[in-house]
Amino acid sequence: MVESPLIEPPVLERVLRVALARGGDMAEVFAEDRQSSSALLDDRRIEELASGRERGAGIRVVVGETTGFAHTADLSEPGLLAAAEAAASVAREGGGGVRTVALSPRRSRPARQFRLPSTVAKAEKLELLARADDAARSSGGAITQVQVGYADSFRRILIASSDGVLAEDEQVRTRLGVSCVANGDTGMQTGYETLARTEGFEVFDRVDVEELARVAARRALTKLAARPAPTGELPVVLAHGSGGILFHEACGHGLEADHIVKDASVYVGQIGKQVASPLVTLVDDGTVTGEWGNFAVDDEGHPASRNVLIDHGVLTDYLWDWLRARKEGRRSSGNGRRQSYQHLPMVRMTNTFLLAGEDDPEEIIAQTPRGVYVAKLGGGQVNTTTGDFVFGTSEAYLIEDGRVTEPLRDANLIGNGPEILRRIDALGTDFEMTPGTCGKDGQSVPVGCGQATLRLTGITIGGTSG
Amino acid sequence: MSDLLELAEAVASRARPGEEVEAYVARGHETEIRVFEGEIESLSSATTSGIGIRVLVGGDGAGSRLGFAWAGSLDPDVVSATLEEARDNAAFATPDPEVDFARFDGVAPVALDLWDPELTDTPTDRKVSMALELERRVRAGDRRIRQVASADYGDDRVEVALASSVGLRAEMCRTSAVVSVSAIAGEGPDSQTGTGFSAARGPGGLDLDAAVNDALTRSTRLLGAVKPRSGRVTVVFDPRVTSSLLAIVASALSGEAVVKGRSFFAERLGEVVATPEVTLVDDPTDRRALSAATHDAEGLACRRNVLIEGGRLRGFVYDTVSANRAGTTSTGSAVRGGYAGTPGAGCRAVVLNPGELDGDGVLAAVGEGLYVQSVSGLHSGVSPVSGDFSVGAEGLMIRGGALAEPVREMTIASTLQRMLQSVVCVGGDLEWLPGIAAGQTLAVGDMQLSGR
Repeated sequence: MVESPLIEPPVLERVLRVALARGGDMAEVFAEDRQSSSALLDDRRIEELASGRERGAGIRVVVGETTGFAHTADLSEPGLLAAAEAAASVAREGGGGVRTVALSPRRSRPARQFRLPSTVAKAEKLELLARADDAARSSGGAITQVQVGYADSFRRILIASSDGVLAEDEQVRTRLGVSCVANGDTGMQTGYETLARTEGFEVFDRVDVEELARVAARRALTKLAARPAPTGELPVVLAHGSGGILFHEACGHGLEADHIVKDASVYVGQIGKQVASPLVTLVDDGTVTGEWGNFAVDDEGHPASRNVLIDHGVLTDYLWDWLRARKEGRRSSGNGRRQSYQHLPMVRMTNTFLLAGEDDPEEIIAQTPRGVYVAKLGGGQVNTTTGDFVFGTSEAYLIEDGRVTEPLRDANLIGNGPEILRRIDALGTDFEMTPGTCGKDGQSVPVGCGQATLRLTGITIGGTSG
Repeated sequence: MSDLLELAEAVASRARPGEEVEAYVARGHETEIRVFEGEIESLSSATTSGIGIRVLVGGDGAGSRLGFAWAGSLDPDVVSATLEEARDNAAFATPDPEVDFARFDGVAPVALDLWDPELTDTPTDRKVSMALELERRVRAGDRRIRQVASADYGDDRVEVALASSVGLRAEMCRTSAVVSVSAIAGEGPDSQTGTGFSAARGPGGLDLDAAVNDALTRSTRLLGAVKPRSGRVTVVFDPRVTSSLLAIVASALSGEAVVKGRSFFAERLGEVVATPEVTLVDDPTDRRALSAATHDAEGLACRRNVLIEGGRLRGFVYDTVSANRAGTTSTGSAVRGGYAGTPGAGCRAVVLNPGELDGDGVLAAVGEGLYVQSVSGLHSGVSPVSGDFSVGAEGLMIRGGALAEPVREMTIASTLQRMLQSVVCVGGDLEWLPGIAAGQTLAVGDMQLSGR
């Protein structure tokens, strides 16, 4: 079934003309129609089944260094024209006059067939939750609480700009998260695990939700016996997958061109320089099919692409959206993203990962006399200007005499991006990706992170045991 | 009656026999201005509106089933489709005798004027010039200011109406305005950042001087910061950090978290959980709070709730469902994240009973320790379930009762339980901040600093 476009091209052309009537270098219409559904099983009950629908358009007009923006939930021509006039109000000079806009369609369609969430019976979604709940609860009597959340979204977007871009994309995302509480003599501990993919319900044909739930339960149970994390600087081995958050925080954000052009990043002026261990080749790639940060075109109509940011430790490029690329006279790298039609696009990461190395992951641990093994990282945060960043552990152990031993309670690790990137001295072969949600300037977007098992020669661990 | 309440009532009146319907309708107007290097970088203005509909079916022996749907539009066809979708969703919920809509409980709302008409009357040009002034003054305020990464003005007007077929109806409107500025100070290869802001109900209440001074002080005083030595220290939290910490403590005082066994406060009612200095109250009816409200998200009157009194745990905050589960009544504390969310129990305006000393007085009383200006990793490093606490921090050492050398790239750790039992001093420098908790200087003993 081919659906009609969210807005017909002749209407788009008229709206863009009005947006530029008072002058301006570029006008753009971003239209979005998002259907979402979610279900929550909590405390053994299906507590909430929710459905949502959001449709609208954001219009921006760029005049020199200034952007005017307005959005509307009214996709009729009068509604769009009103938003176009509001966005154009930043162009005060006048003198725009009539400008013809010719749109050349670029329509992107998913290469394979998704099982769209709207075609799946609600009962089938709920059955997943019950299975996950059962599996988590049967993992151990100390599991006292289980919450299972399911969410899907089907997002159609259309971008048309006065530069002639006319692009469409359809994005299907599916997520299942299990969060457990275990209760023991030492109090309560939590464990969670999440599956999040840019694909439809077919993902559950191959993903074992029971196993996912058992992983979450095991994390909570293990921590009941955990001792406080150590204090001070120690070698740390980051397990494959979630350790990718290290790169997202330690350098990914600092390579976003909006921070670069404002001189608000430690990586300003570092292109061509050795900024990391030679083991580090860092890639941001929106084209990785199915990963959480995957899409065909970004929210400015540019195709997703694979961008090498650090090559064997040498900084090769930053991440660009249209606005910042224009300033430097280059092309967008396909990293212009926004949370919804109600937001302006910004430079954002997609799937950011470190290419695998050659070390045996087991050997990396075996050759670490004393340190911390982080099996699962939580979220993180960075100050791009200073490069100082933190990330939290949600499953970690002591390494003693080259062996993983006692579990540790959750703690944050803190380091400075440029320093830590130089301290990677071993990199495994066991590459894996994990999904995450990245927040920036009040906007959240789905991203992927990935790496193979690696070792940092030293990073500060925020525990309580002296 | 506003058009929003009319719409909410019209939807509620469509309840069929054997079901109840509740509609929550919201509309917001917002302006956001960012300036950079003396020019407008972006100017956004927009109106959003939407509806969230809950349908309750059944109510027989086994209990009721709840369904929810929302839409970012008030178009009549969309509203009808949303009601149908909520109805359909209800069929799949587990019947639950404790699920219900709020019923009027005889508590009259406190009259609060949360609407500043000046906000609508202020022309956009004036708002732009406030942001420009902020940027200019920070750039010129200290020769060490290397960059002003952003200077923003933002405001919004929100109107909300709620009606349910069980007879509750409520209307509320509020305005808010905020300016913020993010400065980068530099000396040699060293760069440090500091953010200043001011929030009020309208542009007239904004304090640009305070925002400018905050950005200047916070960025420049960290220049030359080094990683400190690890050790056990008394930590003095800046009011803004205290506000973030109290918000996490407040989340563990949600009756919903407690009845579901997800709070370290569960089973501890009546026990001593903090030092006698700690009296914590959630009072959305305090007009000084930026988050003050007349009604909760289920339409009940907001009220003052004492949570911790003289160190003893006195109570939790409840919405209707969590109260039913706990065998008590709602404390008028339902909150929701706009029309796309369903109600849950939460605090709106928590505040510690202020002590005698101002910020400097607290430093003098502490003598030796660590002053924390900002923290990072609150989401990844603090758990309201286990109470485990570990965050990144930057600030200044306290020596001889005053601020000394700046420090960074360290963590501070403890547990929330132990921190409440180690509160040394609550400052009297109460500051109303955006968010659900007020700020004030707070000294907590016996924390682990991890650095070199």
